[in-house]
Amino acid sequence: MELSSILIEAGIKIAVIVNVILVMASVEVYIERKVSAWIQNRVGPNRVGPFGMLQPIADVVKLFMKEDLVPIAANKPFHRLAPFLTLVIAIAVYAVIPYSSYISEDINVLGLFIIPIDEPIYLGIAPNINIGLLFILAMTSVSVYGITLAGWSSNSKYSLFGGLRSAAQMISYELAMGLSVIAVVIMTGEVEGFSRLSINGIIMDQGGWFYNWNFALAPVACIIFIITAFAETNRTPFDLPEAEPELVGGFNTEYSGMKFGMFFLAEYAAMALASAFIIILFFGGWQTGIAQSILDSIGASQGTLFLAFLQLLAFMSKLMFFIFFFVWVRWSVPRFRYDQLMYLGWKTMLPLSIVNVMVMSFEYFYEITGLTWGVLIITLIIMQMNYKNKGNKKRVVAS
Amino acid sequence: MNNKKNTEAERLTFWESIYLPEVVKGLGITLKQIFQPKFTRSYPEERWDPTGSYRGRPVLVEENGSERCVACGLCSRVCPALAIEVQPGETPREKERYPELFEINMLRCIYCGFCEEVCPEEAIVMSKDYDIVFTSQESAILGKDQLLVDIEKLRDRLEFLHKYR
Repeated sequence: MELSSILIEAGIKIAVIVNVILVMASVEVYIERKVSAWIQNRVGPNRVGPFGMLQPIADVVKLFMKEDLVPIAANKPFHRLAPFLTLVIAIAVYAVIPYSSYISEDINVLGLFIIPIDEPIYLGIAPNINIGLLFILAMTSVSVYGITLAGWSSNSKYSLFGGLRSAAQMISYELAMGLSVIAVVIMTGEVEGFSRLSINGIIMDQGGWFYNWNFALAPVACIIFIITAFAETNRTPFDLPEAEPELVGGFNTEYSGMKFGMFFLAEYAAMALASAFIIILFFGGWQTGIAQSILDSIGASQGTLFLAFLQLLAFMSKLMFFIFFFVWVRWSVPRFRYDQLMYLGWKTMLPLSIVNVMVMSFEYFYEITGLTWGVLIITLIIMQMNYKNKGNKKRVVAS
Repeated sequence: MNNKKNTEAERLTFWESIYLPEVVKGLGITLKQIFQPKFTRSYPEERWDPTGSYRGRPVLVEENGSERCVACGLCSRVCPALAIEVQPGETPREKERYPELFEINMLRCIYCGFCEEVCPEEAIVMSKDYDIVFTSQESAILGKDQLLVDIEKLRDRLEFLHKYR
């Protein structure tokens, strides 16, 4: 392909996907508000539009009309830069997220004209980049800069605490997260034409029925990764950087108007990204979870538009479920204390993920199927047998 | 105090100590709540009808076309927020006095009900009005024309006062 056609194709994809992210963020806000309301036995937004569906748009209009205040003691260039940095990074990661497998048949647009497809096209800007996984890890690590910068440049003690907590949290969780990703890389087999670190390679490895998805083969890595994903996106139970009761609003205390809106948007974009990342690594990405032979029998063979549509549908419904899951957890698990978070990160998750990587390496090097599950179950049994307190200690009420 | 003995952590059973089953249990509880009946009242359509004990906007009782108030000024005197202003006047009616001017500044009113408590004629009572909205500071000062309410509409409150006071 010529450079110009590559640029045009990428430009169209970028325009579509950035808009999808923006719409997605508003859908997420809607889901968040509705599900929060339901869990608290409320009705939730129901005034703006049908079932309150235009509520996020009303929110954005409100944010645009608000006064944009900058504290007089703030470091103004950095104060202005921080929300952009956070948002740009949150959106940039979407470049490597694939939404379905390739389309190789010609696309017939409503019977009017036909778009010829010479070589397979993928839904996604650059899903086949051979270091996709590294790209996501690198970009999500950089996103903490935006938050820390926002906290520091506001010149407010609460903001600074929020930013510092964010940085500390990131350091404690990044290791366990990286190691659980390594477990996935270990178990990913070679797929023809794809690097082991490419996102599409990892997804294609999880083809077939849904019990072939990585969560069933690497349970420990899956749980560790989901927990760290919560920490990564600063969501409850790890929302220490913006802990409302202690830090007013955390790093975004001193932000108002659309700059606050950008943090808001970035948070939701990061939440969708974390969901997508969980899905890609452990829940089959765009795989429908149905064996290809059955899909072939209903006319969705490899490379057809129909299959791509089904895969997009599967990806989106998984994404929606995980967004719901994020909100669900928010109202179920209380926030961790700072020291509890450090304890969990350094003393529990890190050793656990190291052991997990070792066991997984054995399992895939010597090809012992189910070693991880076996070790997990045996360890739990041994731990339970050696557990000191069998629940017989009772609470002593001071008289 | 020895707080190293019998701590919360020591009291946990094995499955509680690894947290995850408990977290899943908690998720189950919140999921159950989603399907519970809702408590929300869709306000402007579905209005709340307060009982007689409710202290809403203070109003003057209108009986047989005229106010009960004799402009003694006790309410104005007892009002902790200095919201009431009364100017007495003479009238050929049996009780000889009536308020020429009776104003309540609703921006000051704190709905304490002292005016009602102190009134010897049961002429000022707290009504059930709770959606009190003004568009300017001037319109928040209610005169006699807005304050007079027919006695039939205040039955609940008067009954409550007779019963409990």
